[in-house]
Parts: sequence; structure tokens; C-alpha cells
Amino acid sequence: MVEIINLKKAFNSYIVLDDVSLSVEKGENLVVFGRSGTGKSVLLKCMVRLMEPDSGKIIIDGKDVLSLNIKELNELRKQIGFLFQSAALYDSMSVRQNLEFPLIRHFNFTPEEREQKVISVLEKVSLVEAIDKMPSELSGGMKKRIGLARSIITEPKLMLYDEPTTGLDPITSKEISYLILELQKSLNMTSVVVTHDLLCAEIIADRAIVLNEGKVQYQGSIPELTSSNDPFLKNFFSHEFIKENNQVN
Amino acid sequence: MNKKTSTSAYLNSIENRLNEFFTMIAGLWIFSVQFFRYVFVPPYEVYEIRKHMNELGIKTLPIVSVTGFIIGLVLAMQTQPVLARFGAEAYLPGSVGISIVRELGPVITALIFAGRVSSGIGAELGSMRVTEQIDAMEVSAVDPFKYLVVTRIFACTFILPILTVYVIFIALTGAYIAVVLVQNMTIEYYTNAVLYSVEFGDAIPGVAKTFVFGYIVGLVGSYKGYTATNGTEGVGRASTTAVVVSSLMILIFDMILVKITLWLWPTF
Repeated sequence: MVEIINLKKAFNSYIVLDDVSLSVEKGENLVVFGRSGTGKSVLLKCMVRLMEPDSGKIIIDGKDVLSLNIKELNELRKQIGFLFQSAALYDSMSVRQNLEFPLIRHFNFTPEEREQKVISVLEKVSLVEAIDKMPSELSGGMKKRIGLARSIITEPKLMLYDEPTTGLDPITSKEISYLILELQKSLNMTSVVVTHDLLCAEIIADRAIVLNEGKVQYQGSIPELTSSNDPFLKNFFSHEFIKENNQVN
Repeated sequence: MNKKTSTSAYLNSIENRLNEFFTMIAGLWIFSVQFFRYVFVPPYEVYEIRKHMNELGIKTLPIVSVTGFIIGLVLAMQTQPVLARFGAEAYLPGSVGISIVRELGPVITALIFAGRVSSGIGAELGSMRVTEQIDAMEVSAVDPFKYLVVTRIFACTFILPILTVYVIFIALTGAYIAVVLVQNMTIEYYTNAVLYSVEFGDAIPGVAKTFVFGYIVGLVGSYKGYTATNGTEGVGRASTTAVVVSSLMILIFDMILVKITLWLWPTF
């Protein structure tokens, strides 16, 4: 489904991604770990060309993303959902308008069909009562859920999550993680999840990679990575906030 | 050594400012080209344009009403004693009318519009940029430039001339009140005197240039907001510089357009 080959991205002289190569199978959930500033979000943004990489290849669903023209790229983007760290809800629009936004522009649904779609996706994230609220009236967890609902309303084949549980309390974070897993299973999506949250990764991941110094340095299942004797992995997974998260839960 | 360092820092800051200035000019040019490339291509986002015209018009209406009224009133009060010195008080409605229709009405309305709207657009788009809303739009295969920028520039371009015509009438009303306060003049005489002096040809270039001013306000506000960086600090900067740049550009373009008008119609 996704293949990234020798991807490089630098900001002036600071190399963020240095020869990153990875692949994600159809229906697989890949979690991307890494310290802050190691280019996890940059990797996601390069995949949908919100950022242009300096070199390398990105192949999604058989298409070479970097060689697509804007029309072809937009056709591909319709099949990709992206949940931003801040949820990025359009704050001048109500929840309903946020969810209808991609539907109005890309599908020929009647108003009744649109309404039905909106309600059905809100049911999936258990927030039907928020349909006419403005984003400013929602809590952080609710915003993430609505953001998730907006991303999946077009039933994408590939979902990209940029720190879906950051800034949330451990309980909400766990709920969001299970929700992501449930949606992935029911919609049969492929997912790439950037996170620092080990608990979230344990719930979601089929496989994980760890980015360090711009490269994919480690990969494997979560138990393999967390039980590794490698000094970097030991240090990384024994980080205090991960421990705290696990204790609370 | 210290003097040398401070001179070098000063030269560096000048270089940075010049760099920023030319980057902005190039950016505004690219935005302009993109606007004309997109504006004729469907979907036309009519609902968004109508919504912006409505919001921008209503947002600016109270302040332009008050300003227009006071400008007309004060202009007439200031002009009256000067004309009285030459025994030319009868020319008061005409001279005030021409000043308002040709220059004061369009420019004052545009400057107030710039202060109110350009900063608003800068802040709104800037905040959308730093909270990744523009990225979210782009990822969902909707062109944010067309949806956010083209609609705002279009709305500004067409709402400002309407506001200008309204302000001209309000300012002329203010001027009439001032005239009544100092001279015993009937509304019929005042109206006839204004209509006799102000020809339709005076109003056309005056109102026509506000299409350009409106375009400038929308363009600068959108550019500053759309390209905002550095979080909330960047949003504040986008909002402030949008007002400064658009006001300055309005005055520069006013000078150029007046010169062009006088060159095309020397009797104007």
C-alpha cells in the first residue's frame, strides 16, 4: 500500500530525514516512534506532499506521489485521511459543516444522504449530540474525535495520524486509541500512526519503527522493541512519561 | 571594534528588511497572478463570496458611517470661513461635494476598510495557517487558495465600491448639516448646488478606483495571513503589517490612478 524509498528532507543545513525507507502492507497499522524533532510529522507531511522532500520516492497505492500533477495528487488525497495533532477543525464552521465540507466538494450526495453520512460517522465516534456545536465549544478529546470523524467520512484507504493522543488525559487517550483500532478494522484501512504514547501504540500497532538521526533505526513488534536490550531503545521506552501513562492505566 | 560590530549589525538589519520587502513584493505579485488564474475557474464558491461580502459590509458599515458623516461635516465647517473671506460662500456645496466625491469619500472609506478588514483577514487566515486548518483543507483535496483567498479578494473588490457610494451620501449629508448650521440654505438649494457642480464624470473615476483599493485590501490581508509563520506571534504580525502595507499601497495607487485619470481626461 505504501512504499517509501530513500527519502531525504533537510531544512537548510539541518537534515531531518536521511535515506528513510519503509513499507506498509495493505490493512496494516504501522506506528512511528522517535524523539521530538526526528522528522516523524515531516514524514507524514511528505507522504501527502504538504512538504516536498528533497529526494527519494513515495509510492502509495501504486502511484508515485512525487511525480503526480496537482489534479492527480488531489485524486490520490481523496483516498487518504489525515488526523492532525491539533485536529485542525475549521473553527468558523460547525461540526456538521466540518464533516460536510469534503462531502460537498467531492461527492454528489443529496442533502439527505449527506445528513445520513454525517450522523453515521458521528455515531461511530459517539458524538452525535455535538452535531451543531462549534469547535470552540468542544473539549480536546471531542475535537480529536470530530477530527477523526472528518478524516474517515470519505472512507479513505489510508489513514495518517499525527500524534492522535497528545495532550489528552490517559483515559481519553485510551478511548481514542481503541476507536482508531475499531475504525481501522471496520473500514479495513491501512494506517500510519506517529505517536509518543506507548499505550496507544500497544493498542493499535501491528508493527512499529523507530526513527533516529533521520533514519529508520529499529523496527519490529511493540513487545520486541520494548524488550530489546539495545541501549537507545531501553532508554527510549523507559522514559518517564511512558511509565506514568502505564501506571495510570 | 564595537563601533564596527554595531555598523555591521545595522547593515545586516537593513539587508534583512530589504530582503523581506522584496520577498513581499514578489509574494504579492504571485498571489495576484494566482488570483486571476483561479477566479474564472469553477467551482466559483458563490456562497462563500456572498458570505464574505455580507460580513465585510456589515462589519465596516458603522465605522464608515460615523467617519463619513464627520468628515463631511468638518470639511464644510473648515471650508466655509475660507470661502466667506472671498465672498464665495455660494460655492460651498459645490467645492465640498467635489472634494468628497473625487477624493475624500473613496480614500477615507478605503483606509478605514483596510484598517478593519485587512487586519481581520490577516488574523483569520494567519490563525488558520498556524493551527494547520489550511493544511487540513489541502489534504482533503480542496484548494485552500481558491476557497479562502480568491473568495476574500473578490468580496473585498466588489464590496468597497458599494460602501464608498454609501459614504459619499453620508458625507454629503454631514456637509449639509454644517452648511445649515452656519448659513441659511435650503436642502433644495444645497442639492441643486451639489448636483450642478458634481458631474457624473466626477463620480466614475472616484468610485472606479475603489475597485483597485478593495482588491489591494483583500490581496494584502490574504497574503499576510496565508503566509503567516511562528505561531500566535506570527498571526499578530500578519494582522498588523496587513493594515500598514494595504494603507500605504492604497495611498500610492491613489496617486498613480489620479495621475492616470488626469492624463486620460485632462479636463477632469
